[in-house]
Amino acid sequence: MNAARKLACVVVLAVCAVSLAANWLAPAGYARQFRDAPSAPPSHQHLLGTDEVGRDRLARILYGTRISLLLAPAAALVSTGLAALVGGLAGYLGGIWLRLARGFTDLFLSLPWLFLLITVRALLPLNVSPLVSVLITFFILGLLGWAASARVLSTSADALRNSDFVLQARASGLHGPRLFFVHVLPNLKPVLYAQFWISIPVFILSEANLGILGLGVAEPLPSWGSLLRELEGMISFREEPWRLVPLLLLIVVLTSFQTLLSNEEVTA
Amino acid sequence: MTGRRTFLRLLLSCALFCGVAFSQSGGDLRFCLGSEPKTFDPLLVDDDSSLSIRYLTGGVLVRVNRHTQDLEPELAESWKVSNDGKQITFKLRRGITFSDGSPFTSEDVAFTMQRLMDPALHSSTGDAFRSGSGAISSRIIAPDQIVISFPAALAGLDRLFDQVAIMSAHSPNPKKEMAVLGPFMVAEYKAGSSVLLRRNPNYWKKDSQGRRLPYLDSIRLDIQSNRDVEMLRFKRGELDLINVLDSDYFDRLAATSPQLTHDAGPSLDSDFLWFNQVASAPIPEYKRAWFRNANFRRAISQAINRDDLSRVVYNGHAQPAVGPVSPANKFWFNNRLKPEPYRPAAALQRLQAGGFHLQNGALFDKGGNAVEFSIVTNAGSKPRERMAVMVQEDLGKLGIKVNVVTLDFPSLIERISQKFNYEAAILGFRNVDLDPNGQMNIWLSSAEDHAWNPQQKSPETPWEAEIDRLMRAQASTADPKKRKESFDRVQEIVAEQAPFIYLVNQNALSAVSSAVEGANPGILHPQTFWNAERLTLNPTTRASR
Repeated sequence: MNAARKLACVVVLAVCAVSLAANWLAPAGYARQFRDAPSAPPSHQHLLGTDEVGRDRLARILYGTRISLLLAPAAALVSTGLAALVGGLAGYLGGIWLRLARGFTDLFLSLPWLFLLITVRALLPLNVSPLVSVLITFFILGLLGWAASARVLSTSADALRNSDFVLQARASGLHGPRLFFVHVLPNLKPVLYAQFWISIPVFILSEANLGILGLGVAEPLPSWGSLLRELEGMISFREEPWRLVPLLLLIVVLTSFQTLLSNEEVTA
Repeated sequence: MTGRRTFLRLLLSCALFCGVAFSQSGGDLRFCLGSEPKTFDPLLVDDDSSLSIRYLTGGVLVRVNRHTQDLEPELAESWKVSNDGKQITFKLRRGITFSDGSPFTSEDVAFTMQRLMDPALHSSTGDAFRSGSGAISSRIIAPDQIVISFPAALAGLDRLFDQVAIMSAHSPNPKKEMAVLGPFMVAEYKAGSSVLLRRNPNYWKKDSQGRRLPYLDSIRLDIQSNRDVEMLRFKRGELDLINVLDSDYFDRLAATSPQLTHDAGPSLDSDFLWFNQVASAPIPEYKRAWFRNANFRRAISQAINRDDLSRVVYNGHAQPAVGPVSPANKFWFNNRLKPEPYRPAAALQRLQAGGFHLQNGALFDKGGNAVEFSIVTNAGSKPRERMAVMVQEDLGKLGIKVNVVTLDFPSLIERISQKFNYEAAILGFRNVDLDPNGQMNIWLSSAEDHAWNPQQKSPETPWEAEIDRLMRAQASTADPKKRKESFDRVQEIVAEQAPFIYLVNQNALSAVSSAVEGANPGILHPQTFWNAERLTLNPTTRASR
């Protein structure tokens, strides 16, 4: 592990640890409104100031980081699982199944996913708690984000299907699910890992995009998306630089993920 | 050689000075339209951008003064509404011509009215004149006199003509809307980019010193939907006005250039919350019972801290709302009404009297159901999202759980007006009409915009029947006093029953560059350029452009 990867690893772990300790570190609850101090600058009471309705920004960043960092991997798990099922099986079966799966994947990839996401979200029941809404949001992200990974996995599985060791296994009488689970799937693991790690920053950004549109995690629960919305209408960075903290955090975490990832991809 | 150079410089300076002094009088004003104008036809206007262009180019018979709110003569010297409110007689000014040189007579007024009321045109401006079944007729008495008759009485008839830009009956131009009687005319239109208006050389008005109006040579309207870009361009001096400014931008600009910002006080616009009372709505029966209970609605109203909403959401550039009429509407506002004060203890008492009870910090109804509902609002509207979050916190103190849901606008409209699949909503009205007739589509129980329970075949509650009766009564008489009495009572019933829980009236905020002289921003549209014909740019700016 080179120095850059070590540093990236430390950063991701540190951010995760701090966000997990939000209950102890946050100076106030993420939803508590200090209405006498809306949009306040940093002070002893509010180290990163307050948002437009007077909620402590530091507390919201801590809790929001926890939500985005915990649920983005969960969404990535869902999408990679689906991709393994569709892409892996199609690649393993080959022939018409592979062509069908690729056609379906291409069709899915060509859909305007943001509009699809907005439409799906609009169809959800209204009376759900913020926690359930955040789970649903990331679950939908996971459900809709499998196609790109499935395409990669189908190609890898197709290559494996024609490889010597699989041919030998077949010649030895191994067929069906056993051949898939014992010989094909374990060899797809590096690709699966890479796709999993690639998906995490994608889902973090997707949630942030939805949040910027005001369609992300329900209030008062914070997420990186809702925190980034504060930057809307910001004309000068010099006036209130503390408002940039969520953006800097996002950049740092995504860069760290990418640094960690590049090696995974090489391995894959 | 030096002498010759000096002479040339002098000549050049003289030429420049003469150019500034004689070829232009007021300069080139620049500001933004928030969207592409949908039409230049003044009778088909129903969007903000087209409305602004119609205001600047259209000549009207009478004009509501945007500052005093009084009706003033324009193309009509005088007018008279008959006692039964079914007829109006205009005496027109003589010697006026359209921008293309065709003369203005009563034939043009008759032509405009005929076209306006043509059912095939589908004019929303024309809809305001439809008082009953039967045709509207125009009788030309003389080239400068016309009588317009309506099948039924129309309340506030004369004020409706503020929206009717007169078109030319005899203009040789196939695009008749291009011949105008207003201070400016459309000179150039680049789709998606800009609209250039030039001064109408035939405009009839003169100032007190006998100089022809308007002072400005032209107005460049850039089509720009991005408010950030608009603000940046204003700061750079590329724009002279921002007609409507939100409170965040206003404060940021005021921090550096307070002299450029204008807070004209409460506008006619309001934000409000309402509960779904539709009988067929897909919501649980016990929730419908809460929402249909006036005590429940009043308790919710009492539990909302409107002062905080005004202060926090609008940075103090808003006032707690009283009801359907803003205090800015001087004539129609019911002075006896006050904003609902923030009284959470009284709200809880009211709820307890209605069978609700607190248990472990949560509120339950008589049947043991926890009081929980969702509030929907449109995604992207920061003020409404913030208000929803603050209402969520306020009601949380009574043990009520509120879920805030932001939806994209089409989904929201589908839910609240077609499927009725929602529980409560926060939205707002942008009022441009001072007259209560403009609110008929909201208050009549049969109306589509009767948001809490629209399109009722017959009023489902006695108080809605009473509002129907009062609204029809005020609409069928021309006597302003009787109309005011009826509409005052409507406002009182709305305060008692709280079908809409009014939250705040935003202030009219705008920005005007120091280059502009004569600006006097008001609360009515168009806030900053209502007196465009008398605006001018200072000599330094004129010279630099």
